[in-house]
Amino acid sequence: MDQTQSKIKEFLSRFFKSHDLQPDEDIFSLGFVNSLLAMQLVAFVEKEFGISVGDEDLDLDNFRTINSIVRLVARKQGAAA
Amino acid sequence: MKLELNPQQRAAREEFRAFVAAEIAPHAGCWDRAAAIPMELVDRLRERGYLGSNVAAEYGGPGRDNVTYGLLTEEIAKGCSSVRSLLTVHDMVAHVIGRWGSPGQRERYLPAMARGEILGAFCLSEPNAGSDAKSVETVARDDGDAWVLDGRKKWTTFGQIAGLFLVLAQLEGKPTAFLVERDLPGVTVRPLSGVTGTRASMLAEIFFAGCRVPKENLIGKPGFGVSAVMSTALDHGRYSVAWGAVGLAQACLDASRAYAAERRQFGVPIADHQLVRRMLTNIIAEVRAARLLCLRAGWLRDTRDPGATGEIWVAKYFASTMATRAALDAVQIHGANGCSEDFPVERYLRDSRVLEIIEGSTQIQQITIPLFELQEL
Repeated sequence: MDQTQSKIKEFLSRFFKSHDLQPDEDIFSLGFVNSLLAMQLVAFVEKEFGISVGDEDLDLDNFRTINSIVRLVARKQGAAA
Repeated sequence: MKLELNPQQRAAREEFRAFVAAEIAPHAGCWDRAAAIPMELVDRLRERGYLGSNVAAEYGGPGRDNVTYGLLTEEIAKGCSSVRSLLTVHDMVAHVIGRWGSPGQRERYLPAMARGEILGAFCLSEPNAGSDAKSVETVARDDGDAWVLDGRKKWTTFGQIAGLFLVLAQLEGKPTAFLVERDLPGVTVRPLSGVTGTRASMLAEIFFAGCRVPKENLIGKPGFGVSAVMSTALDHGRYSVAWGAVGLAQACLDASRAYAAERRQFGVPIADHQLVRRMLTNIIAEVRAARLLCLRAGWLRDTRDPGATGEIWVAKYFASTMATRAALDAVQIHGANGCSEDFPVERYLRDSRVLEIIEGSTQIQQITIPLFELQEL
């Protein structure tokens, strides 16, 4: 698991305390995601990885799993470079 | 964490305080009875740059930090909660456009909102939908070159004079947000009156009948109207209302201290009676506690901390319930005079009720806050 994956897992694990979240596991299927967690997740990836999530990124598939968030971060960092 | 105002923030607070003392507080009772604020006041707010506080400098806004914005909100609310509610809803809409708007939407609306030329209003609540935002009945459909909106919004703060509505509607069953300009055909505004508190906030019902909204005015994406757009607006609204509650409670304290020092019973000022002092002490302690929660939330917002949203919930919950307690005690300290419109605490009590209902009711917060273990600083 790389550093980006680890940071995302660590953040999400605060909300899924009794569950060992896997990199490709659908967090929406676990039933704990609501708008408050969604806002915190967006704020987390923006601050932690120095990216800006815009309206073009509003797609559940961008946030569905740890690995999909990793791909979003990589794509945004690549675009900013 | 440093919860201390910097010199610029202290200077800004003095500026806000002087403006409110001169331009707002002396007239708030009159506006409350008239159920309207004068447009001249809106002009003064525009001239001072108090509308669109959160609009970034690149769009012509002051780009105030969140703590300074909070101080502005507190001071305005000390004078008049209705005026505070204008800042709240206008800035909610501006905040959303800055956060989720397309480049075209930002260019079109933010400079005008920063100048206060367009006032924003928040259209979520309906006769049959409030806390359950995803159940709004206003519908939107795709009709080629436009979205067509049909439905009815209620309790729209400053809907009577706003020029831009942020509207939540169902698009193919998915909650979706739209920016709707007031002068579009199919938009009708009907003033609401006879409300308990913030009577001068110029509430309206907004009707959409076959209203054709340009395609580029959908904000966010279909299906993200609640989870992203409205949540962002409400996040800002809760922050603003929390500070507004601090301002209202501080006004209760200021009025009560002055009255208790002047009013004499049993040969002494009533402030010398221990049970009156107890009420004053409760207000003093709770106002300070609420202000610290708001400062902490503002500091977290300014540092873009993911925990800010949760802390804003806590701040709004505590501050709004605290404001009710403060207003009740303030009226009690004033006795019969507290039940008269000749004394502002009568208005403060009515206004306090609104704070526990808007931007998330007390009960919704009591359900939501325990679901999250807030992050440790």
